[in-house]
Amino acid sequence: MSRGIEIRTSPHLKRVVTVDKIMRTVVLALLPIAAFAVWQFGLSVLLLLLTTTGVAILTEWGFARAGGRGNTVADWSAVITGLLLGLTLPPGFPLWMAAVAAFVGIALGKALFGGLGYNVMNPALVGRAFVQAAFPVAITTWTPAFAPGRFTEVIPSTLTLPFMQPIPVGDWIASLNLDGWSGATPLAIQKFQHIETPIMDTFSGMIAGSAGETSAILILICGLWLAWQRMLDWRIPVSVMAGAVLVALPFWLLDPSLYPSPWFVLCSGGLMLGAWFMASDMVASPVTASGVILYGLFIGALTVVIRLFGGLVEGIMYAILLANALGPLISSWTQPRVYGSK
Amino acid sequence: MGFTRLLHGHKTFDHGIYPIEHKELTAGKPIRRLPFADELVIPLQQHKGRASVPIVKVGQEVVRGEPIAVADHFVSVPMHAPATGVIRAIGLAPTAEGPKTQAIFLKVYHAASQQVLYGSECEPEHMNVKDIIQAVQDAGLVGLGGGAFPSHVKMQPPAGRVIHTLLVNGCECEPYLTCDHRIMLEQTEHLIRGIRIALRATRAERAIIGVEDNKLDAVSHLRARIPKHLPITVEAVRSKYPQGAEKMLITALLDAEVPAGGLPADVGVAVFNVGTLAQMGELVPLGRGLIERVVTVSGPAVKNPGNFLVPIGTPVRFLLDQVGLKGPLGQVILGGPMMGMAVSSLDVPVTKSVSGVVALEPEDPALARRQVYPCIKCGECLRACPVSLNPSMLGELAVAREYGVMAGQFNLDQCFECGCCAFVCPSNIPLTQYFRIAKSINRDALRRDETKQTRH
Repeated sequence: MSRGIEIRTSPHLKRVVTVDKIMRTVVLALLPIAAFAVWQFGLSVLLLLLTTTGVAILTEWGFARAGGRGNTVADWSAVITGLLLGLTLPPGFPLWMAAVAAFVGIALGKALFGGLGYNVMNPALVGRAFVQAAFPVAITTWTPAFAPGRFTEVIPSTLTLPFMQPIPVGDWIASLNLDGWSGATPLAIQKFQHIETPIMDTFSGMIAGSAGETSAILILICGLWLAWQRMLDWRIPVSVMAGAVLVALPFWLLDPSLYPSPWFVLCSGGLMLGAWFMASDMVASPVTASGVILYGLFIGALTVVIRLFGGLVEGIMYAILLANALGPLISSWTQPRVYGSK
Repeated sequence: MGFTRLLHGHKTFDHGIYPIEHKELTAGKPIRRLPFADELVIPLQQHKGRASVPIVKVGQEVVRGEPIAVADHFVSVPMHAPATGVIRAIGLAPTAEGPKTQAIFLKVYHAASQQVLYGSECEPEHMNVKDIIQAVQDAGLVGLGGGAFPSHVKMQPPAGRVIHTLLVNGCECEPYLTCDHRIMLEQTEHLIRGIRIALRATRAERAIIGVEDNKLDAVSHLRARIPKHLPITVEAVRSKYPQGAEKMLITALLDAEVPAGGLPADVGVAVFNVGTLAQMGELVPLGRGLIERVVTVSGPAVKNPGNFLVPIGTPVRFLLDQVGLKGPLGQVILGGPMMGMAVSSLDVPVTKSVSGVVALEPEDPALARRQVYPCIKCGECLRACPVSLNPSMLGELAVAREYGVMAGQFNLDQCFECGCCAFVCPSNIPLTQYFRIAKSINRDALRRDETKQTRH
């Protein structure tokens, strides 16, 4: 025999699914949502997504290089962070602020902990939480969907100069001559005026909101596809939704004129996107079978509590971040019962 | 695919994996006898327990079936000459495990008749338990499924334990292997006789033959041939790895769990492999010793895969020459690809517990450079582990060298190295290997502590 035989340790067989394939599949599942956002809000969202994704990749590359961890961009996880972050921002969010969010998300949310696999929280949400605190006005400035000419011109605030406050969009919106545009998202309308936007509108995305959170049905389809590909633990989104319904239902039964219906709770705001694509982040969620259910229920319940009783209109982001922080604790509470033990 | 399996619902255990089976390569190939190699190498330790002690001298001529080494302890078995020939040497030989061990080198007389003349017939159906157990030990029988635990020891439950059920393991869950499948089809009479002997020796009330549902032909074949008056049933279990592990089979068939650190006898069960019982049924009534076994020789590098009756001690090199190779060799695995061991030398002999020789092609260089990613906590390993460990956590503890914590808080000792976690891990973390290392470090530490204590 010319060459020696090989020796490795068992098992000698290996399933072909790898981390980069999982990450690429998640990106694939996010693309229809991104495409819908671009179609809905136009050029501004395209630029927004390109900015967050680009900056996320660059930051990942820079930190991996500086930390001597080789090329970690190839694992595609930074692309997910960038895309997800872009989808959670308002369509007219100034690009320079989006770049800050992406940088902070990767740098503070991920690289600081040691990169992929070690981050405690979802990096995209860390970035978003940072800009929510830093730029409270810009992150609550909403622009109408399906504005005429959205593919030829950008929302004025998008191109705000770095380190400047965003250009006011009031005049621009007024010039669009849209009927019934209040400048508020369905969540805010419900919270402050107790008027529920028709469920079909929130389902299909014909509303204002963050770039990628408006169509509950599309998010649901993409999420289900990902779960079917076994790249997403369906227990997490399902228990998030269950937790939200469980808390919302009694209040709605008590006073439907004041409190939102469970359907509205599920389809409005960032709940769908958060449940299917952010709470389900493998790294930041618990690993145990019963742990993920506890974690999901907690997120869903807390989201509704913040929405109904907090000062904020939307609560999914903080609910997920808090649950992320609790993740290791939940995991240790819910260690599986080992075979042969009591 | 998973959905159809849910629908036809044969019994099974929690978790586990579905590797590609590759059994079609050899499942239809009847057992064929192979010629003798020029020299057979019979290691003195082919089983769990104490090594056997040679009773032959260099230069002595032996007849096929003649005892050449004896058991010097209850947990040990004798060896018999697999061929008529002359003892060329007694010395060190390579093993799959790594270290060289003492072995008897037997030069085969090709011109001899190779008839087995040794042995005195008996009727185990009329013998008492003690004599049967002695006869089984004298036959040199060990677990032929890969465990290599002396069979007669399992027949005698620890004090205070009663065995009520005999489980006959015909799962054969390792990919590529089909020797047990063929044994069930071709050595049915021997198998049934072996089960009757084991039933009598263990005083069990009934026997259940568990067969994975990828071998339903064996299920119906056995059902048709088991005499109605015998308390033997055949049950199909789901084809899922590692269904053939003793604990998993007990859970699937009896819905019982062997307590941590315990034995199947603790739940009133003894488990024997079909190959072991078929040999028992053939050898014990004739008073003969185990000198050959059925081995599946298969794998992508093999030209003519098949199931062969191979004399114990046949070097792997000889087996591969007989089946022919397609091209360059990669790994050569003794046993199945999930738990089997890659040999470092083709001079390693087939021993009593080698159920298969799987020859792989050289690994694709692209795969060899396969990147190891950090653990992304996907939880696949938790959903694969048949004993419900947390391999993700154990893996991180192994990297941090917290071997004591692994055993103390995360039940490392329950791991039987089935390989499911490493198989599914998308980060390519060599989890099973980590756990093997951690366990051996813990064993060493324990041994050091014990010697320290005896010194004081």
